Amino acid sequence: MFAYDFMTNAFAAAGIVAVVSGLVGYFLVMRGQTFAGHALSHIGFAGATGAGLIGLTPLWGLLAFTLAAGVVMGALSERISNRDVAIGVVLALALGFGLLFLHYTTSFAMQATALLFGNVLAVDHTMIATLAVLGAITLVALAAIMRPLIFASLQPELAEAKGVSLRLVSTIFLAIVAVAVAACAQIVGVLLVFTLMVGPPAAAQRITTGLWTGLVVSAALALADAWLGLTIAFYTDWPVSFCIAVLSALGYFATLSARPGRHVHSEA
Amino acid sequence: MSAVTLDRATLRIGDRAVLSDVGFNIEFGEFIGVLGPNGAGKTTLMRAILGLLSPTSGSIKVLGRTPERGNPAIGYLPQLRTVLPDLRVRGRDFIASSFNGERWGLPAFGRHDYRMIEETLDAVGARDLATRPLSDMSGGERQRLLLAQALIGAPQLLLLDEPLISLDARHQEIAIDVVRKVCRERKITVLFSAHELNQLLGTLDRVLYLGNGRAVLGTVEEVVTAPVLSRLYGTDIQVLRTDGHIFVMSRGRDVERTDHLHDHHHGHEAGHNHHHH
Repeated sequence: MFAYDFMTNAFAAAGIVAVVSGLVGYFLVMRGQTFAGHALSHIGFAGATGAGLIGLTPLWGLLAFTLAAGVVMGALSERISNRDVAIGVVLALALGFGLLFLHYTTSFAMQATALLFGNVLAVDHTMIATLAVLGAITLVALAAIMRPLIFASLQPELAEAKGVSLRLVSTIFLAIVAVAVAACAQIVGVLLVFTLMVGPPAAAQRITTGLWTGLVVSAALALADAWLGLTIAFYTDWPVSFCIAVLSALGYFATLSARPGRHVHSEA
Repeated sequence: MSAVTLDRATLRIGDRAVLSDVGFNIEFGEFIGVLGPNGAGKTTLMRAILGLLSPTSGSIKVLGRTPERGNPAIGYLPQLRTVLPDLRVRGRDFIASSFNGERWGLPAFGRHDYRMIEETLDAVGARDLATRPLSDMSGGERQRLLLAQALIGAPQLLLLDEPLISLDARHQEIAIDVVRKVCRERKITVLFSAHELNQLLGTLDRVLYLGNGRAVLGTVEEVVTAPVLSRLYGTDIQVLRTDGHIFVMSRGRDVERTDHLHDHHHGHEAGHNHHHH
């Protein structure tokens, strides 16, 4: 299967995105902000179709929209980012606009499917390089804020008392999520970013209660989902995103059915 | 020098003066019970001591200095405690997250930090919580974990904001005993806010009663009297003492108990308001 260029490209791109998604998603799940992540991807859809309409690469439109939305959500912090209804309304609006922009785009169906469900088999070297740069930025930024991020996520009241700016941390974090979502959408599409950003971290948190082990397991699971999904897709001719979605869900439910309360002892 | 000194201090939230022109001295090593009706300013006072809120007039001195955010000499257990319902993080990492948690960069906890956490958990009798995820802990266990956390780093001053909320009677007593024991041993000054005076009677050195924008600090005999409390509550209060218990009554109803019933609602409201200001 690696005899084909498009497959090696797909493995490289999916690998980069999976690791980034697994790590960023871990904190998204820890903070209980998965819905915000979901919303960001939908808002990105409008950006991507809008960019396509004016002749830009969809990725940049996607990135611009998710980043803007992430920063706004972070800045409004407690008022918006945890309010399901407000987020729900905005994400529906964004999808509506996405549809409007698509309506004026010539290659309607192709574009829409690729954006919504991903098109990893069409990834070229430029895209891999772009994803690598985006991934690196995401991980460096995440490393830079990790300590206050964990503190602010677990104990916001105490963190504030110790001088952590909850708003600043939340804003930077959602900006990081925005970049990760934009990258993730290139592989599995805006509708399925959960498969890499939520499924593996949620499973990892069921498996281990240690921080570092959790991060490693989350990234490893995301990578396994992505690469195994590609492999299955190659041999069955099923859509890649479908395979990844199934693996992600299986991983999550497998850990759920493990007896709660019993956990693996592990050293961080 | 005193542990905490307020000199004609006024604390406002928005337009409302929660405490106005308040003055008192808390000495080192004292165990102070902070009491008063809901909204009397217990949490606000603690936030001011932490440096999260500056007095609009007058001054506050904490351990001899103007309060500033992030003072490592103060241990704090907030009243409003966000509990993520399904947090699969074990106790040890939960506590460790607060170590230098305000600094940028990657978290780095060494063996030394973990040993310190375990020793402190031992001190509050909760060593087994180190390896259990928070999602599996009961309310009492979480409380103990937070208490342990507040004690880490050898604080000189401990601010415990309603630490007894959501604990049953037995766990309330255990919590009070643990705080008393640890703080006496380490000579830590404690501000312990609560709804019920009686449980603290055997423990506290003095009581700080807040109400109606005012604050009165003194022994129980000095402060918990009908004239003083009537002034603080702004209504006619009777104080009944029987057999080691004190009942604070307003028109025949037990003030503390009726407060307590509404506790959850008011507690959260107050907490949220603080957050937005």
